[in-house]
Amino acid sequence: MSDLTKLSLSQAVLGLQEKEFSSREITQAHLDTMEQARGLNAYLTETPDKALKMADASDAKLAKGEGGALEGAPIGIKDLFCVDGVKTCAGSKILGEFTPPYESTVTAKLWDDGAVMLGKLNMDEFAMGSSNENSAFGNVISPWQREGSNVAMVPGGSSGGSASAVAADLCLAATGTDTGGSIRQPAAFTGLVGIKPTYGRCSRYGIVAFASSLDQAGPITKTVEDAALMLGSMSGFDEKDSTSLRRDVPDFVSACTKSLKGMRIGIPKEYRMDGMPEEIEKLWQQGTQWLRDAGCEIVDVSLPHTKYALPAYYIVAPAEASSNLARYDGMRYGVRVEAQDLNSTYERTRAQGFGEEVRRRIMIGTYVLSAGFYDAYYIRAQKVRARIAEDFRNAWEKCDALLTPTTPSAAFGIGEVSDDPVQMYLNDVFTVTANLAGLPGISIPAALDHQGLPLGLQVIGKALDEETCFAVGGALERAADFTAKAKKWW
Amino acid sequence: MSVDAENVRKIARLARLEVAEERLKPLAKELNDLLGWIEQLNEVDVDGVEPMTSAVETQIHLRADEVTDGNIRDQVLANAPKSEEGFFVVPKAVE
Repeated sequence: MSDLTKLSLSQAVLGLQEKEFSSREITQAHLDTMEQARGLNAYLTETPDKALKMADASDAKLAKGEGGALEGAPIGIKDLFCVDGVKTCAGSKILGEFTPPYESTVTAKLWDDGAVMLGKLNMDEFAMGSSNENSAFGNVISPWQREGSNVAMVPGGSSGGSASAVAADLCLAATGTDTGGSIRQPAAFTGLVGIKPTYGRCSRYGIVAFASSLDQAGPITKTVEDAALMLGSMSGFDEKDSTSLRRDVPDFVSACTKSLKGMRIGIPKEYRMDGMPEEIEKLWQQGTQWLRDAGCEIVDVSLPHTKYALPAYYIVAPAEASSNLARYDGMRYGVRVEAQDLNSTYERTRAQGFGEEVRRRIMIGTYVLSAGFYDAYYIRAQKVRARIAEDFRNAWEKCDALLTPTTPSAAFGIGEVSDDPVQMYLNDVFTVTANLAGLPGISIPAALDHQGLPLGLQVIGKALDEETCFAVGGALERAADFTAKAKKWW
Repeated sequence: MSVDAENVRKIARLARLEVAEERLKPLAKELNDLLGWIEQLNEVDVDGVEPMTSAVETQIHLRADEVTDGNIRDQVLANAPKSEEGFFVVPKAVE
């Protein structure tokens, strides 16, 4: 039998339906690759017993010709999603052995559609990071390396375990979450597809909260069709999340092959950044040409407030985080570090339980929300955010979607950027705007750079128009014909 | 607006984070670097702009005012660092 872990999610689902192999076989194949790849540190918790049990249940359904859209397909889950009875710690020490007695809506939907769970994936603590160097459980290593080098590379973040696992065939696909770029940037760094849908498309219920007005779940997959298939399962209104949207979920898969004839693609000039490597600029032009060849009309657009997106994000996100993370007080769940009284118990618990970047963001968030500074920082940032959303609305008068690079550089080595927070934050410069405006954005693997590392192109669509993202993404995927895989060294 | 060691002590107190005395100054520098970078937002003309509160315009729906969960005391307590006879056990909060 050919290597079942090399299949795409869509191929695997088809093979399972056609009974070319069983769910138990493809699940066991992945459990075996996971065991050999522990050096990548992609999984925090492996759940082989649960996986095989779910696989057998799927096989029983498939034998009767029943089953959902993902029946029998083994996937990985970012450790930010609560899974009933499985340790969930959001990459943090402060949650200790926290084992949720409930299920996130997104994972519940995936299991309803027949997906099989392989385990929980490593991530930056509380999803704060762009390189996975902020996990309390150690760095995730990317399967990708620079040509002729064995320097350990970052997979991006915060969904770095998800990206590494999919790229190294340790699962067919994985869930991620994206607050400022945490699905799209790691997807770009590891040669994968990642989509952050419209804010409200996926329920946030049961996902450990970072910045509630920005957080969205989405898939990281090997192909555009896989992303469409999986997002279809993850999406939909949920009574338990008041910000989830009461909208029908379209057929994302059929959107992937839709014709682009007459579609208008905007090229935002502000995404041409000083110091951006020439090959990223060239790839962007190449992508523009691919879309022209596919029948699109290319138009220049301006998003004048782009440069203010990151600083606005670094007020809004820490402010919301400082509020959300106030719940980790060592009283009701997680770790408690006892001290002489209640307040010092809180303070010691939180100082020891949170990592450095999380503490930094809680401090920033607390400061910008504190009396006397709230208007100058937080309210101003929310006004700038309104300006950024307005930029997009103006652009939509001229075009149907935007094409940009996903990141301003390829992946970097572990430790190469982590000294300077602002330098690290710049990783999200092209992705964060979609979070602030609530828009869908997809990253498509498009080329290798001169070091042999993947680069991605991003398509940003109108609110609730993931279908156009998938249509344009599908066209880019066909034109780029990106087939490179990381050479196995682990 | 510049942050000094005393401000850091106050912010840490508000955030319930223990910070060692010798970390106050380095943290003040870190926060100032970040706040300095954020200052550029002052260039943006936000006159007459309403602060954004939700990403996608949507109406909040009302649901029936009914109890839909509860009676799961043991599940709620299952992850507690300390519990006894159906209660959380916490440090003394009132003298």
